[in-house]
Amino acid sequence: MAYAAGVDVGSTQTKAVIIDEGGEIAGRALIDTGANVIAAAEHAFAQTLASAGLDERQVEYVIGTGYGRYRVTFGNAQVTEISCHGRGAVHMFPQTRTVVDMGGQDTKAIRVNAAGEIVDFCMNDKCAAGTGRFLGAASAALDIPLDELGEVALRAERAVKISTTCTVFAESEVLSWLGKGKKIEDILLGVHQSIAARSIGLLRRVGIEPEVTFTGGVARNIGMIEALNKGMNLKVNVSPDSHFMGALGAALFALDHIRVSRVPVATQ
Amino acid sequence: MAHTTDIVGRGNRDGAALFQKWFAELNQTAETGGQAAYIFVMGSMAELLRVFDLPIVMPEINSLQTAVRRVAHEYLNQAEDYGYSPDICGYVKADVAVQLRHGEHPMGRIPPPSLAVLTNACNTYIKWAEIWERMYHIPIFTLDVPGTRARGKQTWPGEPDFENDRRYVLAQVKELITVCERLTGKTFDIDRLRENLDHANVMSRGWRRVLELNQSTPSVFNALTDGTIYLGVSNGFRGTPEGAKYFEDLVEEMEFKAAQGIGTMTDEKYRLLFVGVPCYPIFRRFNELFSEWGGTFVNSTYLWFAAGGVSQGYEYDLSRPLESFAEGVLIYVRNAMDSMFYQEKALAELIEPFHVDGVVYHPIKSCRTVSTGLADNRRALMASHDIASLFIESDMMDRRVVSEAQLKNRTDAFFEGLASRRLAAAR
Repeated sequence: MAYAAGVDVGSTQTKAVIIDEGGEIAGRALIDTGANVIAAAEHAFAQTLASAGLDERQVEYVIGTGYGRYRVTFGNAQVTEISCHGRGAVHMFPQTRTVVDMGGQDTKAIRVNAAGEIVDFCMNDKCAAGTGRFLGAASAALDIPLDELGEVALRAERAVKISTTCTVFAESEVLSWLGKGKKIEDILLGVHQSIAARSIGLLRRVGIEPEVTFTGGVARNIGMIEALNKGMNLKVNVSPDSHFMGALGAALFALDHIRVSRVPVATQ
Repeated sequence: MAHTTDIVGRGNRDGAALFQKWFAELNQTAETGGQAAYIFVMGSMAELLRVFDLPIVMPEINSLQTAVRRVAHEYLNQAEDYGYSPDICGYVKADVAVQLRHGEHPMGRIPPPSLAVLTNACNTYIKWAEIWERMYHIPIFTLDVPGTRARGKQTWPGEPDFENDRRYVLAQVKELITVCERLTGKTFDIDRLRENLDHANVMSRGWRRVLELNQSTPSVFNALTDGTIYLGVSNGFRGTPEGAKYFEDLVEEMEFKAAQGIGTMTDEKYRLLFVGVPCYPIFRRFNELFSEWGGTFVNSTYLWFAAGGVSQGYEYDLSRPLESFAEGVLIYVRNAMDSMFYQEKALAELIEPFHVDGVVYHPIKSCRTVSTGLADNRRALMASHDIASLFIESDMMDRRVVSEAQLKNRTDAFFEGLASRRLAAAR
């Protein structure tokens, strides 16, 4: 049995996935990236091997993706996370034609074809507005764990309008609403709606064609899922493995390479 | 018979030498306190100003040179310390700092303006010139050039609207002559204008031919890197014998390369169009983001609008120099504006003859004039043609808003998409 791996080194977390010849996930791991990007990639891969019960030699091809893709020193090739999220999303939800990937420092809107190939894409521009970082700022300001933000937001009765799109200013705006006596859940719903609106704006630039699949770390946030559904008036696909979609896509490209060389990898 | 080593790369070598010469002359003018005319790349009117022996200063080129030489931040910071917002055009701010430093510039001293001549091709030109007016109490001359009224509705000689526009421009050109005579104390000499127009005609023919020759496979020059050097000569030496000779030589070089199959890169894989203004703070690295994948730029809208529209190849009628000059200014400046605002049709027409694989849109933070319509332009082109495109934003001056990691991520994804298209087409 041949195995392929994808290692997605993101700004906040590093994800790794190993798949078998049938494209089924055999192992996965998720760790904080930290300051040592090379070590993060190595540790994530080692943990994935352990979770799959495999030896490194059984993995024939490894592709690195994410901002740290060129730091996956044991990898055979690199593919951008834009291509990988598209590929992973179509593998997981074959009718996917639009992907929204919300990560720690950027949000991507990706149009794909039935093969998971990129038709068009768009990303937030040199600023973390509308990304997971925005939620991090709200979490810090409200002293609520990141994982609980979505559920708290869903208890809101009336969303507060968050006017700033700047992640740095978000914290002060949140505090100012608290000072005015607004409920925490109402503020949080406003934060989620603000991020969703920004992301939907990116999606409109590439054109929203159903089905829409939501990937990336923020896809674990139920509040954000609801905000996107409401904002686009549709139901986004979300998998329990949404966080691993980039790594999965990279592993699928690696598997392609094992089968036939059809992966559009960088040659530099 | 030309030798390869002599002719290949001559345009880049000679271009660099001419630039050194131009700035050395400006330095001398500054040292001796001579007069100088400040002009802009879109609608320079250099042919006319040279009749009065006015050395020409192009502040846009001075500014971009600070970015290429990696000192732009010093100039931008100085202008911002003076009070200009980070959102103001980077070219304006770098020039303000040059003025505050009494002409100090990485290429030598720049003389202060005695006169500023501008058109409405860029709205910032007008406010920019007002800064010099306040600083130096000099005359500024704004020539209002009627642009295209609606997409695809250009008028041409003989048509009533065009003739009205031409008369309107001619009247203004005559006013400019009066201003120049008063400033320099020299009488307008129409024969000298005729000579300058003759040189400009040679340059325009050459410029058009050079652009055409990049239809060759492999492409004979990179429109983003090499092209910018040619562009600089086109702007700085318009209406001069050196400029005319340079473009004759350049045509010879490009024809030689095309005939010999000598490409600008050894392994050309993707042929691209560039739309917008280059990223001067990381000029070489920006191009590498594409060349590392085997991508080269075969044409660029920058070579159209920043050449003042001469890419269209209009040639002056030397038998009626003044009227023809006004007509040329009208057509050139209109073409420059159309190259920024109505470009999707022109881009579409390049796709087949230039064997284009993709179009790269590069809006920039500090130039709204060039950047505003690009998203719409891209949508229109993609709706009418099945062509890959990339939309990346940075700046032509300000390193603070240039994120190389993000540019690379998007560029890599673009090439992955191009590779997928190739594979799909082959299946």
